[in-house]
Amino acid sequence: MIRNITFTSISVCLVLNAVIAVSNISFAQDKVVPVSADLKPASTFQSISNEKQRSVALFEEAGKVIQHPRCVNCHPATDRPLQNISMHPHQPPVTRGEGGMGVPGMMCTTCHSSENVTVIGQAETLKSIPGNPNWHLAPIEMAWEGKSLGAICTQIKDPQRNGGKSLDEIVEHMAHDDLVGWGWKPGEGREPVPGTQEAFGELIKAWVQTGAACPL
Amino acid sequence: MITFKLNGQERTFDGDPDTPLLWVLRDFEKLTGTKYGCGIAQCGACTVHLDGTTRRSCITPIATVEGSEVVTIEGIEGKEAEAIQKAWVAIDVPQCGYCQSGQIMSAVSLLQMTPKPTDDDIDGAMVGNICRCATYHRIRQAIHNAADTMEG
Repeated sequence: MIRNITFTSISVCLVLNAVIAVSNISFAQDKVVPVSADLKPASTFQSISNEKQRSVALFEEAGKVIQHPRCVNCHPATDRPLQNISMHPHQPPVTRGEGGMGVPGMMCTTCHSSENVTVIGQAETLKSIPGNPNWHLAPIEMAWEGKSLGAICTQIKDPQRNGGKSLDEIVEHMAHDDLVGWGWKPGEGREPVPGTQEAFGELIKAWVQTGAACPL
Repeated sequence: MITFKLNGQERTFDGDPDTPLLWVLRDFEKLTGTKYGCGIAQCGACTVHLDGTTRRSCITPIATVEGSEVVTIEGIEGKEAEAIQKAWVAIDVPQCGYCQSGQIMSAVSLLQMTPKPTDDDIDGAMVGNICRCATYHRIRQAIHNAADTMEG
């Protein structure tokens, strides 16, 4: 009987270890880091004479940033952030907590500091831990994961779902917020979002000036 | 020169500012209770308290610790730490023990912020502390027991 229990225990351990070994938990960062400077400046869209169409085109261009995994990963539709260019669920499986800062005992700051940290002596597949002084998840009402660009656009304009911001405040946020800006300087081993924050801010500004029309 | 407080005492470090806090603790301060597990903040073995909350020391450059207060398993104290220690001993939580200092640092932090945690609170706090021996059930029970003794 004792022998059977021992055998069962060993079997359970072996199975557990095997499960961990073959699970799809991945610590690797972005495999390919393409040059992603392709964000057209707002002036490119001057040639579109119809203002509404121009506005939509401007937002669609800005969407290259908004829908990039670097941004969507922290605008999840659940209480668990996403990770990596492949947008897999965050490991460890952390949860949102109060203010999107994590939960007692496992706050975001347990691992994410005020700056990107280069890891030392690790595999080439993991070069840095991302960080920012204001590192946190966007509130659930600002979730972008799984939504169309049109739905995100409508959401961004809705004060009930954008943190009570006016469109001018949205422009300011997109153009100058430091955590938004992290997307362009995400740390070693991570693909940045396209273009520059300045160019992105100009696109959002021009979008607002042309009536803030949304794609269908 | 980096100056910080370690377990209540002022310490300095004048090596490479990129040196992880874990290396400073183990190699220079000879405080080997804090363990190296993965080196990439995925396992929790290196957990310490930095300015009162949990922090993975393996990915914390010592330069970022300037002026901060670090508490390790050797220096943790207070009613939560005492309750956790007694509860851990009472039901023999550890098996091999390698991860346990990290587990305890997270558990103490949880009780400091949430004195009467639910199972969900415990799971949320401890989710980043991996135990290869799978002592998770005893860890959860011991945290509940510690919370009960603090209450009484």
